[in-house]
Amino acid sequence: MTTLDRVEPPDTAAISSPVRARRKRLSGKERWERKWGLFFISPWIIGFLAFTLLPVLATLVFAFTDYNPVRPDDMSFVGLKNWNTLLHDAKVWKSLRVTVTYALLAVPASFIFGLFLASLVNSYFLVGQNIFRTLYYSTSMIPVVAAGVIWGGVANTQTGWLNLGLEAIGIKGPDWLNDPTWIYPLLVLIGLWGVGNLMLTLLAGMQGVPNDVYEAAVIDGANGWQRFWRITIPMITPVIFYNLTLMLIGAFKYFDLAYVLKNGTGQPQDATLFYALNFYKNSFEYNLMGYGSALAWVQFVIVLILTLVLFGTARHWVYYAGERRS
Amino acid sequence: MATATFSPHVSRHQKEILNRILVTGIALFVVILFLAPLGYMFTTAVKSDSQMSDPNAPAYWPHSPMTITHEGQEIPVFQVPMEDGEIRELGLVTRKRTESWFIDPDNPEAGEIHWVGNWRQLTPVYEPDAQWQNFPVAFEELNFLRLLRNTVIIAVLGTLGAVGSSLFVAYGFARFHFRGKNVLFMILIATIILPVQATLIPTYILFSRIGWTNTFLPLIVPHFFANAYNVFLLRQYFLQIPRELDEAAMIDGANPLRILFSVILPQSIPALTAVSLFHFFFAWNDFFTPLVYLVSRPQLWPLSVGLQKFNALYGRQPNMIQAGALITLVVPVVVFFLAQRVFMRGIVFTGVDK
Repeated sequence: MTTLDRVEPPDTAAISSPVRARRKRLSGKERWERKWGLFFISPWIIGFLAFTLLPVLATLVFAFTDYNPVRPDDMSFVGLKNWNTLLHDAKVWKSLRVTVTYALLAVPASFIFGLFLASLVNSYFLVGQNIFRTLYYSTSMIPVVAAGVIWGGVANTQTGWLNLGLEAIGIKGPDWLNDPTWIYPLLVLIGLWGVGNLMLTLLAGMQGVPNDVYEAAVIDGANGWQRFWRITIPMITPVIFYNLTLMLIGAFKYFDLAYVLKNGTGQPQDATLFYALNFYKNSFEYNLMGYGSALAWVQFVIVLILTLVLFGTARHWVYYAGERRS
Repeated sequence: MATATFSPHVSRHQKEILNRILVTGIALFVVILFLAPLGYMFTTAVKSDSQMSDPNAPAYWPHSPMTITHEGQEIPVFQVPMEDGEIRELGLVTRKRTESWFIDPDNPEAGEIHWVGNWRQLTPVYEPDAQWQNFPVAFEELNFLRLLRNTVIIAVLGTLGAVGSSLFVAYGFARFHFRGKNVLFMILIATIILPVQATLIPTYILFSRIGWTNTFLPLIVPHFFANAYNVFLLRQYFLQIPRELDEAAMIDGANPLRILFSVILPQSIPALTAVSLFHFFFAWNDFFTPLVYLVSRPQLWPLSVGLQKFNALYGRQPNMIQAGALITLVVPVVVFFLAQRVFMRGIVFTGVDK
């Protein structure tokens, strides 16, 4: 990551910086820095140990037990039972399919729409750029539960504007909320309401592309479309990478909208039984916290692998201002 | 070739105007589609119950069944198909199962009109009418003030804790050098990918053992230990503050705590505002954590959980649901429009520098 390099400059910087060179000789100063540094970051260290590291490890331990909060003192170790159940649990496989289906639809849709909006509000020809930026961003501020409630109404087949609008152009709309296929486009559509962050970061990326690159391309005879694909997109790959990572992690945390739209039932036909919802139901509705712990760890491992794979591919397609990173 | 030398100049200017109209037109069209669900919310929130349940009622704008006053009484108006095929709008005076008597609102002196058929199968006549009283009703049913109070407590205390602790931690990472700092910072950033589910069960068990479930504490206390987003953003900001300022203060005998509060803090108001807003909105919108810890204590529900339960309860009254949704939106929308500059700049700051 670029930022980490900025914290601790490489050796050349240390030699060129007189302040740092002086510090090397003063070990008392080093001790002082260490003392104060640790003092200031101690809240995070304590929190990390108490609310992250220990719980993650404890989750792994609980995954080998049958812990049930209703009778906590009856806990016993059950070996690999939870893991075995998990492998043969149709709901787990279903929830993985649901999550992946959603991600495969939502990620491209968000990027296409996000790029479209970012290009639009970046356009020289747009009158009132700031107003449009704010308006496109504004829906991202709507609390997700309220968004779910509003869209639940919009998508309802009797009075919702979605099907009324489709009817107006001669299309008979599906029963979005109760059809196991059509619920996904609806979820993707609702997701586009939260595209503001993506739009703003893409926009900032676009504005960071040096103008002379475009000018050189124009001289070489590149048209607008070529400039977009050959210059803009490659130059903003770091932003795309950052958002792609967050979105894929987000898919495995996807919970709120699925819960609000179908009241946590996972209907229709488990089409909204996202991984995180299945985890919640097992852990907090069925009180199977041992099993829930195993589910949580599987989720953690999947997310970890996804992230590592993404970071592994990054050097093939993510462009960092002239330098290729390995 | 006279035209060829003349037209490029004009057409370039015209082309620019045309492009402006085209691009702005597209943007406007997208905004309308994008914000249309809010239009649905507004109009549905002030619709009457009878409009919601009548499939023949006007679809878009709030209407309610029309009534007229006849001999001191409010009587409903229906669309009555007459024997000659004409459909007349008449007020219902006397109702029976198989026959009814109507009156023409435009000509009441003409006397009552006899009609054979079941009046219940008639379509009411609607007139534009907004049911503003839906809001006080939803306000009460939602128990809005209680939800608001709970949300404000959770969001404000959580924000204080998150920003205060992140200020310390970011300062530590930005200004002091010690071995292992980079590794620690990398671990901090890596926690972004850690799903909340991976730590939830042991944390929940711990909190329930010490009696914290069904209290606000699990939603507030963990935020007092800084988090990756806030620390990252603040640290980036602190790195831009010239070190000379710290060093000058140090020569004057200030210790790092004093420097943090008297040098760094006053310089970082924009970043602190952005971080506070981020956390405030995060806490305000959080649904999963309060659902886990507070689901069995309605008295402590924040807006997110309260609105979801309200939605589930009033499934057959979309107008009430939308009125409730609208009420819960007021505070976030006002805060957003007041602070949108700081807010949108902060997003770019975190998103692009990574």
